[in-house]
Amino acid sequence: MFKAGKKTGLVFFPAFDWAIDPTHPEREERLLYTQDQVMEEGIFDINGIKEYKPDIVTLEDIRRVHFCVPDENTVTTKSHLISAGGATAIARAVMEKKVEKGFALVRPPGHHAMRITHGCRGFCHINIEAIMIEYIRQKYKIKKVAVVDTDCHHGDGTNDIYWHDPDTLFISIHQDGRTMYPGSGFPNELGGPNAKCTNLNIPLPPGTSSKGYLYILKNSILPALNDFKPEIIINSAGQDNHYTDPLTNMKFSAQGYALLTKLLKPDIAVLEGGYSIEGALPYVNLGIILAMAELDYSKVIEPDYNAEKLKQDVSVTDKIKKTSDIINKYWEQRHEITEKQAENHGKFAETHKEVFYDTDNIFERQKERIRICRDCAGVLEIDSSASTNPRISAIHIPFNACNTCIETGYKIFEKADLQKYKKVFLQDRPKDVYKIKEI
Amino acid sequence: MIIGLDVGGTHTDAVLLSDFKVKEKVKVTTDVSDLFTTIVSCLEKLLKDNKPEHIKRIVLSTTLTTNAIVQQNIEKIGIIVSAGPGIDPEFFRTHKDFYCVAGSIDHRGRQREPINENEIKQVGEKLKKNGIKNIGVIGKFCVKNPTHEILIKNILKNDFKKIFLGHNISGNLNFPRRISTTYLNALVYNVHKKFFNGVKKSLKEKGLKSPIKILKADGGTMSLESSMLFPSQSILSGPSASVIGSTIYAPENKDTLVLDIGGTTTDIAILVNKTPLLEPIGIKTGNYKTLIRSLKTYSIGIGGDSHVRVENNNIIIGPKRLGNAMAFNGPCPTPTDALVALGLMKHGNKEKALKAIKDIAEKLDMPQDKTAKKIFKQTCSTILKHAFNMVKTINKQPVYTVHEFLEGYQVNIKKILLLGGPAKYFTDEIQKISKIKTKAVKFSSVANAMGAGLARTTCSVSLLVDTEQGIATAFEENFAESVAKNYIKEDVLKTAYNLLKKKALKLGADIENMEFETTEFQEFNIVRNFSFKGKIFKTKVQIKPGLIKGYKDI
Ligand SMILES: [Zn+2]
Ligand SMILES: [Zn+2]
Repeated sequence: MFKAGKKTGLVFFPAFDWAIDPTHPEREERLLYTQDQVMEEGIFDINGIKEYKPDIVTLEDIRRVHFCVPDENTVTTKSHLISAGGATAIARAVMEKKVEKGFALVRPPGHHAMRITHGCRGFCHINIEAIMIEYIRQKYKIKKVAVVDTDCHHGDGTNDIYWHDPDTLFISIHQDGRTMYPGSGFPNELGGPNAKCTNLNIPLPPGTSSKGYLYILKNSILPALNDFKPEIIINSAGQDNHYTDPLTNMKFSAQGYALLTKLLKPDIAVLEGGYSIEGALPYVNLGIILAMAELDYSKVIEPDYNAEKLKQDVSVTDKIKKTSDIINKYWEQRHEITEKQAENHGKFAETHKEVFYDTDNIFERQKERIRICRDCAGVLEIDSSASTNPRISAIHIPFNACNTCIETGYKIFEKADLQKYKKVFLQDRPKDVYKIKEI
Repeated sequence: MIIGLDVGGTHTDAVLLSDFKVKEKVKVTTDVSDLFTTIVSCLEKLLKDNKPEHIKRIVLSTTLTTNAIVQQNIEKIGIIVSAGPGIDPEFFRTHKDFYCVAGSIDHRGRQREPINENEIKQVGEKLKKNGIKNIGVIGKFCVKNPTHEILIKNILKNDFKKIFLGHNISGNLNFPRRISTTYLNALVYNVHKKFFNGVKKSLKEKGLKSPIKILKADGGTMSLESSMLFPSQSILSGPSASVIGSTIYAPENKDTLVLDIGGTTTDIAILVNKTPLLEPIGIKTGNYKTLIRSLKTYSIGIGGDSHVRVENNNIIIGPKRLGNAMAFNGPCPTPTDALVALGLMKHGNKEKALKAIKDIAEKLDMPQDKTAKKIFKQTCSTILKHAFNMVKTINKQPVYTVHEFLEGYQVNIKKILLLGGPAKYFTDEIQKISKIKTKAVKFSSVANAMGAGLARTTCSVSLLVDTEQGIATAFEENFAESVAKNYIKEDVLKTAYNLLKKKALKLGADIENMEFETTEFQEFNIVRNFSFKGKIFKTKVQIKPGLIKGYKDI
């Protein structure tokens, strides 16, 4: 009898009627062959696998994570709301123990969408994992969360959203930013002053094969997860590490993905990128589903799989070992580094950054101020101006904020000058409210 | 005149319809060990005062194939599957004589690994040695490219009497279900063939010369001849006979809940604008999940004769039936006893019914009339609870487009129709609890036979067009045709409807009863390296289940 070892829920939302534009990689056809494979395999008939209908997320759900500029309706379409709703629906099934594991096979993706979003970057408008995480934090009082982003591109959106949050361990493995969009995600990007070392960015050299992925998983990712002890593990399951992906240069396979899933044991996986829609996605998705459900996946092998061709170069192996050592060293020193940061308690740290929205061709400048706080994740103020939108100010009060940070957040909000900013936003996570000030 | 005959597990019902009217109706006890005699004796009763040459149409719904599967009184068959990458096909093993062979077709119908002729021959030898005469051959993605199945058939055609191919069984994707459907089909083939050839011969001798039709699980009919190729379609046609019968009385443009209350079970179905809802993929029977098109029905173990008892101070009803109600000399209390005790049902032995209720009342320490009311109410509310759960599940069915998500049809019940023997006694209570207009249908006890008699021929066609590869295919219909790059939606639908019409005529449909509808249409651009390479169209068209023309208002 073919019965799932772990009861697994699936949301399948291929958005067959939505595309960024007709010839864009993020198009209607993307999950067509995956659907055919999943249907032909009879996945939804397997004892212990259940298909769920996606939800549609609300304004409140988005506003726990994002500051959409000028507003949510301009930045999103219905398909984004349903894609994020696919993630929340599966999270609900897991949290309410209807299933033990969940996988949202949805599109469009979300991991390049940052806290402030003016439009589409890296095919993403809103961050579907972050919306899901804040939804379950709000509804089920979950605190410690780990996100492991295995998409081949740096999950810079999720990285940005959880940069200052010491209760979210964000780990991204991706093709080295010197050779790949978005060009970020180096080991020294460790998180803000209140959350140092809870962002681990692990670049892998082009040509990394299953051996390399599993090395970094066993030697850096699993030990960190083991130390961090999250209440829930989320996998941003991008599938563009595959050897047939047209946008990347890696040598990962369906068997590799399935084994990675088996070892990582995510509670929830959410599909991200992956654009080899015929050669990779049908097999990789199948492998991930079977691995999550603890079913046999030994025969899920691409028709053109060639072990010889997918061997990893010795130089690649060496580079990965070195990166792993660097990451582990940071991780071991995390307590010292955090304590050192706390010496500046009460002060504000200021950073500047520039964000380019490649898909929508928007250029944004941000000035970020975070209150260094030993009691919470710290109130955050972001001053943003984009080529398409007038200047705005956004204040984020984190979900576990201390009283001083809450008060400080409201003071900044009240004082913000509407001569200077077109709009001022306040995200008060402890109260779960969102305020907008404008003329 | 029309004859409709429905062989059920306990009773066989038959009607003779003449000019919109029920002229004769017959109910006999089913002899499970001799369905042939049951059918013939029913027909003899109907024809006692009627001339056989006036009968223009005969439709039979039987439990023959269903029973054959349950009893496993069938001969040995062999199954050969060719899978390629994916779930290990060993997990779908149906029985001992099941062989997995090399060969692989991918999700776009391209060959990725050829068939190994020697291996096939060896498997053929083993099956033959085992005394097997009929086999099924199923390939993964054969609905996109059946050449491997055909090749295997050609290699083995001289060694076996009958070879069933997966792609002829259904145009739908689902390899495990295709395996089990082909398996069931091969399994019941001989039983079905022998039985209906006998029926045909016997009817001919009685002067019944009109074509015989068989009712399918989807509530439509097929000709006796075409049923020989796909006998498993008649599995579980029982519930569909009643559901089609209920459509006679269903309102237009409204969603109707149909409750067929029997002795042991209640079957639940849903009609949208007089059309019953279909299972999205196919019927489930016993351990088998299949691709056999069927009506969406849900059966619960609660009916007029359900065993009523007290457990932990609660009334428990069903799921078993131990026999008749005590009011009809049965062994234990039942909801029917509650009806008789309350004076709602006039026949039956009231004294015995009261004794049955007393038994329960004492255990609950409750007055007798209150107990009877409670049993009856609980019967009704349990049925309704299951029915509305079914509606809820249907409304939660996954969808794959933004449009369907936002605009998808939501079932909203506005009317309840009751069928079955005890139906009329339930009307008021069901209406009271549900607050929905409820009616027991006229002739509720033979609505099943009427449904069989008046069911139209149904069928569906799946068409796939891939303009990059330049082909339109519907392999279930043995159709493949090359198409030009500029093929458009209208061309796709025209081709699909042509195929559907051809198929319907072959199944014995009349031109006047062909109401076509498109149940699925999807269109995709194939894009490689940012440039347009062609289109994929996927469509499903059907003749939906319903009544033949002229008999809309009996
Ligand atoms: Zn990616
Ligand atoms: Zn604080």
